[in-house]
Amino acid sequence: MNAPRMTTVDRDWNAFATPRTDGTVHMDLAVEGITCAACMSTIERGLRTLPGVTEARVNLTTHRLALGWKPGEAEAGTLIRRLEKLGYRAHPFDPGRRSAEEEAEAKELLRCMGVSGFGAMNIMLLSVSVWAGNVTDIDPATRDLFHWISALIAFPVVAYSARPFFRSAGRALRAFRTNMDVPISIGVVLTLGLSIFETLRSAEHAFFDSVVMLLFFLLTGRFLDHNMRRRTRSVAENVAALRVESAAKILPDGQIRDVPLSKVDPGDLVLVRPGERVSVDGVVEDGSSDIDQSLVTGETTLVGVGVGARVYAGTLNVGGLLRVRVTAATEGTLLDEVNTLLESAAQAKSKYMRLADRAASAYAPVVHASALLTFLGWWLILGLGVADSLVIAVSVLIITCPCALALAIPTVQVVASGVLFKAGVLLHSGDAIERLAAVDTVVFDKTGTLTLPEPRLLNGDDVDPDRLDRAGRLARASRHPLGQALAEVTRAVAPPMEVREEPGRGIETALDGQFERLGSPAFCGTDPAAVAALLARFPGASLVAHRVGDEAPVLFAFEQGLRRDAREVVDRLKAMGLAVEILSGDREAAVADVAATLGVARFAAGLGPTDKIARLETLKADGRRVLMVGDGLNDAPALASAHVSLSPVTAVHLSQAAADAVFLGDRLAPVVAALGMARRARTAMVQNLWLSVIYNLIAVPVAVAGWVTPLIAALAMSGSSVIVTLNALRLRLGTGATAADHAPVATDPTAAPMPAPGVVRT
Amino acid sequence: MDVLIFLIPIALGLGLLGLFAFMWSLKAGQYEDLEGAGWRILDDSDLQDRRPGEPTDGRADR
Repeated sequence: MNAPRMTTVDRDWNAFATPRTDGTVHMDLAVEGITCAACMSTIERGLRTLPGVTEARVNLTTHRLALGWKPGEAEAGTLIRRLEKLGYRAHPFDPGRRSAEEEAEAKELLRCMGVSGFGAMNIMLLSVSVWAGNVTDIDPATRDLFHWISALIAFPVVAYSARPFFRSAGRALRAFRTNMDVPISIGVVLTLGLSIFETLRSAEHAFFDSVVMLLFFLLTGRFLDHNMRRRTRSVAENVAALRVESAAKILPDGQIRDVPLSKVDPGDLVLVRPGERVSVDGVVEDGSSDIDQSLVTGETTLVGVGVGARVYAGTLNVGGLLRVRVTAATEGTLLDEVNTLLESAAQAKSKYMRLADRAASAYAPVVHASALLTFLGWWLILGLGVADSLVIAVSVLIITCPCALALAIPTVQVVASGVLFKAGVLLHSGDAIERLAAVDTVVFDKTGTLTLPEPRLLNGDDVDPDRLDRAGRLARASRHPLGQALAEVTRAVAPPMEVREEPGRGIETALDGQFERLGSPAFCGTDPAAVAALLARFPGASLVAHRVGDEAPVLFAFEQGLRRDAREVVDRLKAMGLAVEILSGDREAAVADVAATLGVARFAAGLGPTDKIARLETLKADGRRVLMVGDGLNDAPALASAHVSLSPVTAVHLSQAAADAVFLGDRLAPVVAALGMARRARTAMVQNLWLSVIYNLIAVPVAVAGWVTPLIAALAMSGSSVIVTLNALRLRLGTGATAADHAPVATDPTAAPMPAPGVVRT
Repeated sequence: MDVLIFLIPIALGLGLLGLFAFMWSLKAGQYEDLEGAGWRILDDSDLQDRRPGEPTDGRADR
């Protein structure tokens, strides 16, 4: 009864489109499968030839497509179907969820960088002339002119380009904190003031070039940092868009439309088809089915639901068609509990003091004190004039300018997150690297983290391959996850033409005059003894039976398979000296089985969100730093409360948001890669901090002695910045293999949790 | 040193020109897709059906 309705659902693509002032409509899509330049021109040419299309431009960096068309002449649905025909799955972004703020910030940084770059080059032009003139025969009047022109450039440039630093410093000071931007702002303002003062005195040296060059370097570092995070976020957004966070809404007039989640309100009625993930929390109004709640509770046993039962976003409907009345997200009992726990976990999490902030808090007082002492020393002890003493004191500030220090950590973060990005790990925060480096215990969730979300055939070797193919052919017609898993392991391509589906039980067909059934053992009339025997061999397995005519049915046993490299990863983590534990919401037997296979001695089963947090708290009290790896809704609070956390890309939205990083692909290897990279990055950060300390140890005495000239300042500044950056770039060495190994996963894991769109139905 | 009267404004003017060019390119979205831009230059599909009567320089498909 449900088959025809499934096909009549229209996607309401227009909800994703935004009208433009020139009468056309614009839409941004995340496109899956773009790998090279050829894809780019295939898509663009394929779409531009359609009537009414005004714009089709692929962005190869972000794997996105910008589409524009004239409403009436073209339609979003046709364009997306055309893309599908070309071989690319695409899904539009929900316009309500895009972050324009990020874009604006990146553009502002780039503009500031451009302005300061212009200023630095032009002032340097004049400064080099002055430096050359100072050792030859420059006319003092000409030198003053050059200094005044420099001042004329430097003033507006600083006023414009230093705004990001001033703003951040102002915010920190208002909150009675200090950060790196406070000494930067003080240094910039003082240097500019001193240079103007020196120009007024017709002095030989002015530091206009130093101040603008400092800004240029700092802005470059900041832009790179920002860009890296933006790139990570855009991939995460693509993944989210391709996971089709939409719901089939039933309109009051009975029509069914697929709409983005932001257009679904509490009280709406949505349709959940078999094989689909439930996208909302709600109460079943009509229909009955089995629900796979593993992503929410960690439990792998299917739960039967009927009218009045509660269903949760993220669960998988494996049985029949459901009509669900949407409830407000906060009303759900389980979600409520998770949200409260999540909030308290985030609050209780002791604020981690970032390395950069720690360096800044040590740096500022030392530098400012030594500048003050220099001033007092020259003025009171050595009897120099106030003005000259002040010049020397400020030159101490200039030479210690936190150039190297400000670049020391961001450059490492940029390089490390770039390497991790290629290895399939997307970091949410830069300091996650530092926290990862300190980890000594790794806690895994079982379902969906150590195991794959898709089921795996256990007894494939027992079954005759031809019979397997025959079953697989019928299974192609099924939307049930077990049916699809069966079809995947066979060579079967096309499903039989006429298939009848009995929701929740199985499918049947008549092939070559023979009656054929695939479904639950009872549906195929299997001997209960055979079922019991197979279950004894594979405890906890899910069974599918296949019957041809009057023959005895063949049974297939399925289990959620471990990730291919789970054992290897656990071994490698142990080799790295880390303690490994499993905390799961699943049954004791299932967890014990996995723990034994992986060689993990410590595990706990049947845990709720509160129990997981309690275990993490115990570990924390023992002085452990825990990396939590989990995917389910029930893991979200634990992810937030752990020292640092990772979650696979198949995880529920809430968990991904709570985790510090998300990893892509079917393998667990990125966990090891992340930990290894983090340790190396941490070493590089500490090295960089020491490099800037050493630099200051050499430079400060020179400045205190009053020997610093703008030329020395310029050389020291760029020299130290370059050294620090080169040291950070060293992290890239020796990572080539892993990068190539994992690069392709960046686009395909999104397909994993969903039924293939091309599955044929009757 | 009278030549400075010309040289300095010229130098600054050129610098400003560069700055404006950068600002324009930023605004025009030239940095939106650095990877794609590198490949687009190699794509000659926009030339194929320019002049039907022209020799096809060895391309079999035209």
